[in-house]
Amino acid sequence: MKKSISENSVFWAVRFITYSIVAIIGYIIFDIVIKGLPTINLEFITGFPRSSGSEGGILPAIVGTVYLVFGAILVSLPLGMASAIYLSEYAKQGRFTRMIRLAIVTLAGVPSIVFGLFGLGLFVIFLGFGASIISGSFTLAFMILPTIIVSSEEALQAVPKSNREGSLALGATEWQTIYKNVLPYALPGMFTGSILGVGRAAGETAPILLTVAAFFLPRLPSSIFDQVMALPYHLYILATQHPEAEKVLPLQYGTALVLLILVLIFNLAAIFLRSYFRKKYKW
Amino acid sequence: MSIAASASIIIVFLIFIFLLKEAIPFISNPGLNELFSSNWIPVSFQKEQFGIYPLISGSVLVTVIATVLLIPFGVIAAVYISEIALGFEKEILKPFIEILAGIPSVVIGFFGLVVLSPIIKGLFNLNTGLTALTGAVLLALMAIPTVITISEDAIRSVPKSYKEASLALGASRLQTIFRITVPAALPGIIAAIMLGMGRVIGETMVVLMVTGNAAKISWNPFDSVRTMTATIAAEMGEVAIGSTHYSALFWVGIILMIITFGLNIVAQKVLKKYQMR
Repeated sequence: MKKSISENSVFWAVRFITYSIVAIIGYIIFDIVIKGLPTINLEFITGFPRSSGSEGGILPAIVGTVYLVFGAILVSLPLGMASAIYLSEYAKQGRFTRMIRLAIVTLAGVPSIVFGLFGLGLFVIFLGFGASIISGSFTLAFMILPTIIVSSEEALQAVPKSNREGSLALGATEWQTIYKNVLPYALPGMFTGSILGVGRAAGETAPILLTVAAFFLPRLPSSIFDQVMALPYHLYILATQHPEAEKVLPLQYGTALVLLILVLIFNLAAIFLRSYFRKKYKW
Repeated sequence: MSIAASASIIIVFLIFIFLLKEAIPFISNPGLNELFSSNWIPVSFQKEQFGIYPLISGSVLVTVIATVLLIPFGVIAAVYISEIALGFEKEILKPFIEILAGIPSVVIGFFGLVVLSPIIKGLFNLNTGLTALTGAVLLALMAIPTVITISEDAIRSVPKSYKEASLALGASRLQTIFRITVPAALPGIIAAIMLGMGRVIGETMVVLMVTGNAAKISWNPFDSVRTMTATIAAEMGEVAIGSTHYSALFWVGIILMIITFGLNIVAQKVLKKYQMR
């Protein structure tokens, strides 16, 4: 009996540690929601910043983030899906696919600030795009490419072999099989993974620091070669570079909350979609 | 299709090429030796110095403290979720941990700046709350989802027969978990910790915001330090393109890239070996 008491107490200690992590996450979110909510109103969301960000709204930063994310997905989604279809459906597993997989793993581990340096070297300077939406979008696109490839491949692998074999046996070509009998079932999973990538792109600061972000730009961009403000960078500037950082604390919390909501919506959508489709397509 | 698929390979090469391209001018003037010294004084009226030792020591100090925190918390939580938690608990805990992975680093950094650093300042009676420890605590928190997810996979893939044999021989659940299951999953857990460390070393915004950014060699957790990532982020905005300082920052990037690349490759090797068993 004594043994089981000590076993129970160890289990409770382990449980306590796990839930203390959960509590810390909860507290971070709670703190930002509670202190950020009073700042958020229509003027904050739809207004332009005034007096170098000390007053007014954050519309240009929201719009900038949306443009960057949209640009990133436009580049990385087709590229990532094509890569995944090739890896999972066409390629013979061998040296070439091993090299691709090694490259994907490497890319997934590259620090975001190094992506920033790379974007600065390639897009901003070498290709002459300058600090612009297009430079930032491409940099973010390359950063989230591994996420999209890996989750798309997983979705394709989850489609049963019989789907392909039945179609091929009836005389369909390889591409017809993929297009009609594999892709439709894999698409939801592919999009779910992509949403996670988008969430990451929306919240990243380091890559856009060097390739696009403007300190204070109270207007909306007119072309893809314009600089823009972005939510994460705006928060960083307000919190660390602003001469009266204490005074603009409510604005900092407001910006943090808007960013948090934006990213959490992406993540929650991905989590729900995934469990929904897992239940729907149970083979 | 195969062209699209080789995009990843091409991008990895492009990253190396463009980092090197901007870094190469440093080799002829002032020479690579300049990097291997212990003073990072990139802006100076007398003589600029680009010794990266303080930046490396900053990154190492923060990473070591974060890893020390990460190992017990990450592994214990993974054990709890995969072996002890009830079904409905798992359903709640796992999405919650995933949400943590989704919180942008700048938001974590902001929280650290306005909430955690005053707490650390008061708790340890320091002049400033912007210390290596503050950064390490937040980084450990950020790397926890990676460690939990991968360790949990490893723990779950331990064959059921191991556990059953242990229980049948009269071992308790606790003994089975810590003497059989965890040791059997150890390679996967080690790989998980290495991948977590990769995230910690590469993280930029949190350390930039909360570690105080003092470029000096120190092994005291309560000192302000400056990491490699934070140096690039903080200084790149202010340098003239093509200057010595500019190329020096690209060298910092290359070293960072090599470290994370090495950690990743070793972790993947460990994971692969483990899966083949």
